[in-house]
Amino acid sequence: MEASEGKSKKQGASRLCCLCNQRRPVLKRPKTLQQICKECFYEVFEEEIHQVIVKNGLFKSGERVAIGASGGKDSTVLAYVLSELNRRHSYGLDLFLLSIDEGITGYRDDSLETVKRNELQYGLPLQILSYKDLYGWTMDDIVKMIGLKNNCTFCGVFRRQALDRGAALLKVDKLVTGHNADDIAETVLLNILRGDIARLSRCTSITTGEDGPIPRCKPFKYTYEKEIVIYPFITESFSCSFSNIYIHTYAYFKKLDYFSTECIYSPNAYRGFAREFIKDLERLRPRAILDIIKSGEDFRIATTTKMPEQGTCERCGYISSQKWCKACVLLDGLNRGLPKMGIGRARGGVNGDHQKETKKPASAARSLESKQCGSLDF
Amino acid sequence: MACNSSGCESGGCYGREKENGCKVVDVKETVRLCVKCKSNEPMTFGDGGSDDGRFCAECFRSNVYGKFRLAVTSHAMITPSDNVLVAFSGGSSSRVALQFVHELQVKALKNYEASRDRSLPVFGVGVAFVDESAAYPSLSGGMSDAIELVRSTVLSLSPPEKDLHVVTIESVFGSESVEARDRLVKLLDSVSDETGKEDLLLHLKMLSLQKVASENGYNRLVVGSCTSRLASHVLTATVKGRGYSLSADIQHVDARWKVPIVLPLRDCVWQEITRLCHLDGLKTVELARHPQSGINDLVSSFVALLQEENPSRECTIVRTAAKLTPFYFNKIPETDDSCVPMATQRRLKKFNLKYDGSMTTEAFCPICNGPLNGSDSSEDESDALYAACCSSCRFQILPQEPSSLDHFGSLLPHHMISQVKHHQKFDSQTYLREKIKDCLLLDDEEAV
Repeated sequence: MEASEGKSKKQGASRLCCLCNQRRPVLKRPKTLQQICKECFYEVFEEEIHQVIVKNGLFKSGERVAIGASGGKDSTVLAYVLSELNRRHSYGLDLFLLSIDEGITGYRDDSLETVKRNELQYGLPLQILSYKDLYGWTMDDIVKMIGLKNNCTFCGVFRRQALDRGAALLKVDKLVTGHNADDIAETVLLNILRGDIARLSRCTSITTGEDGPIPRCKPFKYTYEKEIVIYPFITESFSCSFSNIYIHTYAYFKKLDYFSTECIYSPNAYRGFAREFIKDLERLRPRAILDIIKSGEDFRIATTTKMPEQGTCERCGYISSQKWCKACVLLDGLNRGLPKMGIGRARGGVNGDHQKETKKPASAARSLESKQCGSLDF
Repeated sequence: MACNSSGCESGGCYGREKENGCKVVDVKETVRLCVKCKSNEPMTFGDGGSDDGRFCAECFRSNVYGKFRLAVTSHAMITPSDNVLVAFSGGSSSRVALQFVHELQVKALKNYEASRDRSLPVFGVGVAFVDESAAYPSLSGGMSDAIELVRSTVLSLSPPEKDLHVVTIESVFGSESVEARDRLVKLLDSVSDETGKEDLLLHLKMLSLQKVASENGYNRLVVGSCTSRLASHVLTATVKGRGYSLSADIQHVDARWKVPIVLPLRDCVWQEITRLCHLDGLKTVELARHPQSGINDLVSSFVALLQEENPSRECTIVRTAAKLTPFYFNKIPETDDSCVPMATQRRLKKFNLKYDGSMTTEAFCPICNGPLNGSDSSEDESDALYAACCSSCRFQILPQEPSSLDHFGSLLPHHMISQVKHHQKFDSQTYLREKIKDCLLLDDEEAV
């Protein structure tokens, strides 16, 4: 409730929280710039997510749901909030934690510790799958082979399949991931920049893959990344010295246990361009993030636009629009010492002409942005 | 679409030198040849751009002009009976548009004079310049020089002679008086969002151009927007939540307006345009804007950054957006064809280049003229203006307090507000009466 008065260090004591009009505000809400107190913040944070879940019919009672848990802030907050809402609103869900070990020393091994702690903290059963077991390669091995340019492609493609495999192992009906509004806005922009109209039409859907192995949904679709960062900071009970500070910068604070480092291989990802831009945009106009998502939803894309035909991979049976799924193509390239296979436009190789055996890496454009690349897939 | 084949000046074709028209690099000679005609020496612009030193001056020029002409013919932008108004800001893009339209006209005149039956008339060309110094006071210093340059440019582009129309932006209010100027300033001041202000000015500028065009008998408005500008527009529209109406803005033809807008330079990139101006010595004037700190500027810097990283990015952005479904009005409208030569009529019909004007199913935002997405409308809004606008204009242009909406509406030009009245929840009785009043025998007062 009301924090002890008389300890206010800042001015503005006459202001009250916009929502409850009772307590003193402690922060400016990133999404709306409203000045609100901590109780109202986590109330409105949780309530909005609950509304998104209900309005979009994300879950049905009795479903087994796996939470893609990396140990990062998004999935940790997701696990916490989802188990809270599940209890509070009786969704009737059976929740699990599913974590993927890409084999990145100094990054993933640490974040996995976090997830293991989450398992204990939230009482959710945990399943860990590793790239090593699934594919025979860790990300460390892959980066040693291909360097730092296209590594995110490999990781992203492998992770998607790994999550599906894990979900199948756990026998869950649905997968939820912690993709937030910033992520989706970035993806919309990236798809425009890269000319990927097919992905552009799908990337704003809150539920995807309903006709695939396992549907996955994103309850955080309209949740701002900044708010996900603040949430753990706010939720824990405060000492009064915090309650009077207007929070303008958002410090990482491990009140909820989460792992807050960037992937060590990520600096060169193309997504960084879009991310910087969105950060600048948010500073000018916070609602722009939601506006990008709205634009993405409203784009007039003909349903007859050539969408990839759905089939199965000849090698592993996974869903694929080509002869071999992307993971198999990439793996094949790795195993044969041709790491550029599957990156850039397909010239020869399995999904092109079977007869053409390239002795050297294909002379395809090296950039990440060419059409058939499956990088950063959603 | 935007950039293809050997015409692409900004191709990110790093690894494709071998495929694109073999560059003749004779080890013995140091002289390189134009990759297209293989006879002349290539031009070097030295501007750090891509594809420098590949084409000779003629091939480069004919390449850019070729794109212009292809756009004009394949979209029926300019036909012999048309009267075309070119929006000229003094900048490079509109200067090139003006130059090319002039050359097209000169050729048409030549053909006309050479033909025996003189069946195909020469289309008329006029030029319009909008003086925005009322909105941007910092421009007023250089404005008279700019107008002088515009005047002399237009004079130099004859025969055939072209009328020049210099109007102020406050002319949208019906006059160019001090009152109009004040009203403009008041209107802009009541917009609190920086980006909203800039966008409102763009809409007003378009309105003033439309006014000039329709008052002086023009039936086409040529706008010099190039690929690069459209790329920025794609991103700004996305970022402002205008994804639905985006596809309407970036096509070759935009016939929402009374005088349809055509974009013949849509497939040319900024680099080509500046190089052409340099090559042909086309004088331009860039009026220094006051520093813009809104979203539009942020996006331009972002696109510039992307271009550095990959010179074909702008083309890709526009190409992606071109895959969005356009609207029915993104074609030249069917009109009374009596003055159009038969040959033209036949060709237009054959290539399905016109649309049937009766298919007006879209509602438009009164401020930005963007087609409204059904989900945007809120039927129960008390204020007619608010209800009629798109969500983007509601946020960035309309005042936030409902009490200020009326006053704001009174400041808007009549043309914008008059559309709002159509959106008001109509009284069905009145509506029905309007429909049948010709048949009613009773006096209005007595009618039930």
